[in-house]
Amino acid sequence: MAAVIPLAPRRSRARRVVHALLIAAALSFLLLFLLLPLAAVFVEALRKGVGVYLAAVVDPEAIAAIKLTLLVAAIAVPLNTVFGVAAAWAMTRFEFRGKAVLGALIDLPFSVSPVVSGLIYVLLFGAQGWFGPWLEKYDIKLIFAVPGLVLATVFVTLPFVARELIPLMQSQGSDEEEAARVLGASGWQTFFRVTLPNIRWALLYGVLLCNARAMGEFGAVSVVSGHIRGLTNTMPLHVEILYNDYNYAGAFAVASLLAFLALVTLGFKTFLEWRYGAELAARAPRGH
Amino acid sequence: MARRVLPGFGLSLGYTLAYLGLIVLLPLAALAVKASGLGLGGLWDTLTSAQVLAALRLSFGAALLSAVINAVVGLLVAWVLVRYTFPGRRLFDALVDLPFALPTAVAGIALTTLYAPKGWLGAWLVPLGVKIAFTPLGVLVAMIFVGFPFVVRTVQPVLESLDRDIEEAATMLGASRLQTFTRVLFPLLLPALLTGFALALARAVGEYGSVIFIAGNIPLKSEILPLVIVKQLEQHKYSDAAAVGVIMLALSFLLLLAISLLQRWTQRWTER
Amino acid sequence: MTIAINHLSRRFTDFRALDDVSLSIAPGEFVALLGPSGSGKTTLLRILAGLDFPDAGELVRDGRDLLQVSARDRDVGLVFQHYALFRHMTVFENVAFGLRVRPRARRPSKAEIADRVDKLLKRVQLDGMAQRYPSQLSGGQRQRVALARALATEPELLLLDEPFGALDAQVRVALRRWLRHLHEEMRLTTVFVTHDQEEALELADRVVVMSQGRIEQVGTPDEVYQQPATPFVFEFIGKSNKLPVRIQNGRVVAGDQRIEAEGLEGMADGSAVAYVRPEHLAFTPAALESGWRATLRHVYLAGSVAHLELDIPTLGQTLEAELGGEEAQRRALQAGMSVTVQPRHLTIFPLAGNSGEPDITRRRVVHPRYGQAALARWR
Repeated sequence: MAAVIPLAPRRSRARRVVHALLIAAALSFLLLFLLLPLAAVFVEALRKGVGVYLAAVVDPEAIAAIKLTLLVAAIAVPLNTVFGVAAAWAMTRFEFRGKAVLGALIDLPFSVSPVVSGLIYVLLFGAQGWFGPWLEKYDIKLIFAVPGLVLATVFVTLPFVARELIPLMQSQGSDEEEAARVLGASGWQTFFRVTLPNIRWALLYGVLLCNARAMGEFGAVSVVSGHIRGLTNTMPLHVEILYNDYNYAGAFAVASLLAFLALVTLGFKTFLEWRYGAELAARAPRGH
Repeated sequence: MARRVLPGFGLSLGYTLAYLGLIVLLPLAALAVKASGLGLGGLWDTLTSAQVLAALRLSFGAALLSAVINAVVGLLVAWVLVRYTFPGRRLFDALVDLPFALPTAVAGIALTTLYAPKGWLGAWLVPLGVKIAFTPLGVLVAMIFVGFPFVVRTVQPVLESLDRDIEEAATMLGASRLQTFTRVLFPLLLPALLTGFALALARAVGEYGSVIFIAGNIPLKSEILPLVIVKQLEQHKYSDAAAVGVIMLALSFLLLLAISLLQRWTQRWTER
Repeated sequence: MTIAINHLSRRFTDFRALDDVSLSIAPGEFVALLGPSGSGKTTLLRILAGLDFPDAGELVRDGRDLLQVSARDRDVGLVFQHYALFRHMTVFENVAFGLRVRPRARRPSKAEIADRVDKLLKRVQLDGMAQRYPSQLSGGQRQRVALARALATEPELLLLDEPFGALDAQVRVALRRWLRHLHEEMRLTTVFVTHDQEEALELADRVVVMSQGRIEQVGTPDEVYQQPATPFVFEFIGKSNKLPVRIQNGRVVAGDQRIEAEGLEGMADGSAVAYVRPEHLAFTPAALESGWRATLRHVYLAGSVAHLELDIPTLGQTLEAELGGEEAQRRALQAGMSVTVQPRHLTIFPLAGNSGEPDITRRRVVHPRYGQAALARWR
């Protein structure tokens, strides 16, 4: 018979008190350290009224920052999605030498400081960098310009999709793809009709996290941006500028948009985990 | 080479390698070359400058402390989320990921607002003599925030997968609740706990966005290592920036190595 | 050390796991709790262990109310179905655990612990394995580690939850013998849960058959097999044929037969069900007046026993019969043969008038009388 956990085993009073204390301690920490900062964002954003809030959001510089953020994410996320799928396919469907090294390399951007992530592109493409003189000759500007923002964002968000897909596709194995091949499907048919349906929720999950990070990245982008208002300012950078100008209402108004994005991401993520948990099940127990 | 049943090996691996080469390896090589331009002596001078040493001490010290705190609190939160039922449990569970999802700049200004002398919490704490914003303590608070989810998310699945049998067996053999925890559960959770600790540490050492607002960035006092890089860049000291960058990268590599060794250690019990 | 289980009931949200269960366990006894899943046997075991508590009833050991004693202090050893070995500890550490967690005052010295663990490992034939981890052992070895661990604290009562459930068939049989010998040596009061009748009948001194939270029958393996007390026991243990019959004027009416039998005296008329074991059906190719006419549909020889399927048109039913393998060959049984079938023993449960359920209180074992027409050779 399957063991059934009794509804109300006789527990001592002392034990119930300990349980209550542990729960209280954990929840207080979550509320004080996590929820309070989130609440602060929205409260501060609306402190001076809805009018000021809306004005800050539709300010031309804010709009420019929002557009730039969307543009950067619109380039970086698809690039890393395609990369993630290709990397996962190579890593899970074939055996080759150096696989472990490749896996570590894919994970690497997670453990590099955002500032270092920006720094390496400055050293590569900046005026003093390897390709600096060559780029200058042809009047191509990568650093302190949009391409630099995109590159830095691509770097920091590179692992997200691959990280979700690799453990899942590893655990699924390649039986189904092999069956499709035996039944006469072409390579692309196999991928689109067999592989993709099996990994779609994990893929979406990875894209979601990738996008959240792409839109919210600060350190790496800050280093390569040069903070040119209206030109190379993404939303997080705009928040910083407004905050340093003591325009707190404005800073928090733009920040509230980012916080809202974070909440939507969390909500969607929780929904995916709840609804499609089994199909994401092989996720490695790692953060990002 | 054996014949491969599935197609796309060359395409997928080639694309993966080319992409990684361009996005990751080439820029990292640029960093290494730039730093080596200083020579060993120059590198040493840069790294032993008072500014860098102070920042290194602060970044690493605060990150270590934050990771320790996160290990303790993270274990507690994971335990409560897995073992107890209470209203809103799913919501609190989702909340754990907030630091992953909230952009660091947003977290930075929010924490600063809370802990500033006139802020929501600062207004209470400063009269008590606890100054958090614009001190090293502020750095610690921001690092706790950004590193918090790691321990919870590494310990949680392990805790969930532990059979109730194990604890019952310990009880039947006469162990107290405390003995069951310290001798049976804790050793089983330890590898995950250490992995989460290392991940939180790595994140905190490199963290920039959430820290710089609350830190106050007073040179030699509350300046973190990533900020030193930014300042050096602003002064066009590219080689110095590269040198500090290499040190940070080396730290990350060490932590990565530690994590992979930890994971191998865990497999000692599970596989043979 | 007598354990008295009095009127235990345990209810979960949607079903009764135990419904007024009473049982007493004598010192040194080897008791099997046998039943299908959901019968309450595991719940009863967990209550004995102190891992679950009844809603009503009492559990007394030598006059002491065990329900007031926590699992830690009950002096009960429990071997879990999946062993629940501590995977981060070596075999030695696993077995020593129960001794090492004792309060300092009662804790044996290091040397004593080492000595005791060594002896136990020898006893369970695992000497030399002390420094291995559980993941390095086979299933049977893990089971013995779990047993050694449970025995290390010298419990007064040993509980085993499906002790052989997770093992291969061959290891299972070997380990069963070994456990029986161990019990004969140690004489430790032992209760084990199983759904496998063979296991229960081979190992136990007494078998407790359970179904739907109730005890159906308690008896020696022989009693439980030879004299099942209820229809459930008949169907759950061994093979049996179930026949709808009627009792009329002191005879059993089944199909076209009106069978006179010893043991029917004073039985009221009415519907009943009769059970007959396959080995209690006798048959002959000759056409006789008493006995059902049947067609032998299928013969299947399994080693020393032949299993036969007999189609009986007048009963509208197929009965299963058994016969020694050699006997079957000598008689040259072949599918399609016509035979006459006579039951030798029948167990009859009259149907209760109001519910239509078999009434176990009016159970009768009857022996048909065929006189001259009785088949000359039984089996």
